[in-house]
Amino acid sequence: MRKVRFNVLTFPGSNCDHDSYWIPKIRENEVEFVWHKETSLKNPDIIIVPGGFSYGDYLRCGAIAKFSPIMQEVKKFADNGGLVIGICNGFQILTECGLLPGALMMNKHLHFICKHQYIAVQTTNTPFTHLYEKNQALDIPIAHKEGNYYIDQEGLKALQDNDQIVFRYCDENGNVDDKFNPNGAIDNIAGIVNLKRNVLGMMPHPERASENVVSSQDGQILFASIEKWFKDRM
Amino acid sequence: MFKAKIFVSLKPSVLDPQGQVISNALHTLGYKDVNETRVSKYFEILMDTDDFEKAEADIVNICDKVLANPNTEVWTYQLEGVK
Repeated sequence: MRKVRFNVLTFPGSNCDHDSYWIPKIRENEVEFVWHKETSLKNPDIIIVPGGFSYGDYLRCGAIAKFSPIMQEVKKFADNGGLVIGICNGFQILTECGLLPGALMMNKHLHFICKHQYIAVQTTNTPFTHLYEKNQALDIPIAHKEGNYYIDQEGLKALQDNDQIVFRYCDENGNVDDKFNPNGAIDNIAGIVNLKRNVLGMMPHPERASENVVSSQDGQILFASIEKWFKDRM
Repeated sequence: MFKAKIFVSLKPSVLDPQGQVISNALHTLGYKDVNETRVSKYFEILMDTDDFEKAEADIVNICDKVLANPNTEVWTYQLEGVK
């Protein structure tokens, strides 16, 4: 059986691309970096759009990255059903380019937040979360200033009705409440999928919680879910 | 040549935390009449053409596709001739 092939994008200002490369690599997948000026992908099964400050966050977070040559290929790949994960700045880029609905606004309290945060798995009906338990609380670091997810009421209802909310901010027992919301995100949303369920965007960093040398390993199951999803189909 | 003056503002329905902080600071300074502050972005773009209609069409496209995020922002512009 062949290995799962990951492509990790790198923009000027990306700073989580190496972590996003490292974790799939040590899990014995094939991983390739893809520079933003490339006009073709490297034959991926799945693409990670990593965190950082692409193009210095100029204009709006992710607003310039969406015009980069490689993002046109990512859009085609996603439209054809390919799996894409956007983490942090990657989530911002995916909303800017229309692969995911809504937008990431400045945190309600204007601070850059860098801390461990619990998020509750809201749906296991995705290639990214099917090995988690529903409502399971995960300890996953966040590090952002623009993570305040916003969508209009009609869009929010569509996310809720279509089971597209993947993660919500919660306490260590998985209780979702506004008091555990670090950034003011509407409906405590930390991560969503698109309607076809092949594109995931999330503000927390699972790639920073996937090794035994760090304090949480709760991101490992996300990578295990992806690997199993492909292995069941190869 | 034309100069476009473009304002990109948050939709009224979108919370503006920066604006709220500025309002609070203004209240602290004694400006008690300040009711609300909204932060916007202002752009000036020079268009190197004598064709007003083309300049206007380009500016509308630029606002729509690049300068504003239609999920959260609205935009207005003025276009004036400059030498």
